[in-house]
Amino acid sequence: MIPIYTRRRIVNAINLTFSILAMVFGLFWLFWILFTLFEKGLGGISIAIFTQMTPAPGSTGGLLNAIVGSLAMVTLATLIGTPVGIMAGTYLAEYGQRGWLAPVTRFINDILLSAPSIVIGLFVYTVYVAKMGHFSGWAGALALSLIVIPVVVRTTEDMLRLIPDSLREAAAALGAPQWKIVTLVTWRASRVGIMTGVLLAIARISGETAPLLFTALNNQFWNADMNQPMANLPVVIFQFAMSPYENWQELAWTGALLITLSVLGLNIAARFFLRKQALVN
Amino acid sequence: MSKIHFAAKLKRQLLFDWIFHKVTWFFTFVVFALLAALIGSLLIGSMPAIKAFGFDFLFSADWNPVTEKFGALVPIVGTLITSIIALSIGIPVSFGIALFLTELSPPWLRRPLGTAIELLAGIPSIIYGMWGLFVFAPLFAQYIQPWLQDTLGQVPGISFLFEGSFMGIGMLTAGIILAIMVIPFIAAVMRDVFEIVPPMLKESAYAFGATTWEVIWYVVLPYTKIGVVGAIMLGLGRALGETMAVTFVIGNAHQLHASLFMPGNSIASALANEFTEADGELYTSALIELGLILFFITFVVLAFSKILLVQLKKREGTAT
Repeated sequence: MIPIYTRRRIVNAINLTFSILAMVFGLFWLFWILFTLFEKGLGGISIAIFTQMTPAPGSTGGLLNAIVGSLAMVTLATLIGTPVGIMAGTYLAEYGQRGWLAPVTRFINDILLSAPSIVIGLFVYTVYVAKMGHFSGWAGALALSLIVIPVVVRTTEDMLRLIPDSLREAAAALGAPQWKIVTLVTWRASRVGIMTGVLLAIARISGETAPLLFTALNNQFWNADMNQPMANLPVVIFQFAMSPYENWQELAWTGALLITLSVLGLNIAARFFLRKQALVN
Repeated sequence: MSKIHFAAKLKRQLLFDWIFHKVTWFFTFVVFALLAALIGSLLIGSMPAIKAFGFDFLFSADWNPVTEKFGALVPIVGTLITSIIALSIGIPVSFGIALFLTELSPPWLRRPLGTAIELLAGIPSIIYGMWGLFVFAPLFAQYIQPWLQDTLGQVPGISFLFEGSFMGIGMLTAGIILAIMVIPFIAAVMRDVFEIVPPMLKESAYAFGATTWEVIWYVVLPYTKIGVVGAIMLGLGRALGETMAVTFVIGNAHQLHASLFMPGNSIASALANEFTEADGELYTSALIELGLILFFITFVVLAFSKILLVQLKKREGTAT
């Protein structure tokens, strides 16, 4: 019979070892995935990736149309989603103490934040693509903007709530009307934080594939018309990776590396800004 | 003269106030209406399938586009099984990670490690899918699957789970990839939840001579159990709706198998694979109804998680 004290120490040691192993386990995948991406994708990076269109099977080419299409849709989605998100987030933080709308929307927004993105794609398909009769870049941007909105609403509200009330009261004591308090005082004080929310939203949508499958679809050729099906990196990666052609698969890996690097870069930038905002507060 | 001027100015500011209030209200209402529109449009879109199949849709394993017989059983079961596998691996690991980050890690390591785990959450799901199919699945088929069949596959009662050939792809692979994806989500929320435990409580337990593990098991966990369940539910919500990572590795076969080595299908991957190719109103409508079911399941799970996390926050305000 082991003395109880020793047993407690053994249990402690076993469980803490497990905890360290779990940490290693988590980091292991991160490094393995990043390693694979560099190993398989780095070789494919060349000028051609940024200057040539997606090729036919067996011939050489790049990802230009996909990169441009992704940039166009992500930009548009951000431009649509950000104002809506900031305004709604402002309402929740500044006027959200009374009324039925704020608590209900706060709840719904948190659900939308983690809702399956493929359902968002289905939604845009039924209300937009099916009505227009064709896939289009606009539909893709619209679907992505629906993912931007909840992220921006959430961070805007959180950031505005961090602003001490004394700041608002000081402005009110000077006779500032509420709209000026919000736009000139609280927005200004939390602008870095709100920007972080937008950055996080961009990071989130840059890699989203599921909502684009039924909205923007894909396009093998150069297309600057938002009313046409539009190429975009995630769907190109999906199609090329699933194809049996070796040159397509190589391009898919290169595209995957590009997307991951930009998403991780955005995430790190967002974190940097968030720390800056914390210092301001 | 100047009095009138000031009154007019005040009036104008009040008008601006009113406008600003209403504008922000309007955009909040837009967010609110989004959900209603989402549910409404999915309901309308799935009406033909609901009319044609009724409740049988949920329990039928048919999926035949040629004869237009559709049932949701296979994708529903696939979604649930992969999510259960993901959680049973993901929960202990995320718990370990959260524990390490809050209690064990030296302070200077805390931030970089936390960031690394959050970065794992930032990697787009399609990357997990590709990596799973091209890197993980071949190794899995070569080493892990034979080993599983030799060990767990010999245990009576659960041996049927590990039958079949070693293809690398299938339900088990999808579940493991999902686990890697949800670990950072669950771990990040669990860490935040553990951090709200008042240091006083933990220090009291330490003062009584409790080991670190005992502090966690008897103080931290009971204090945060609602939040921990909330974190798990959040991870479950993610796992249920995950599309791309699963689509690559689940095999996309509309068949029911007892063995986890066999290919299956999940709701999200059925949608991703078939939706753009679906012809005929009934086929499309059946797929939209699948989407509606998926949304309903995740809605319930996420709402539950949200309620639990809010309750924990409330307690934090009063019980300390």
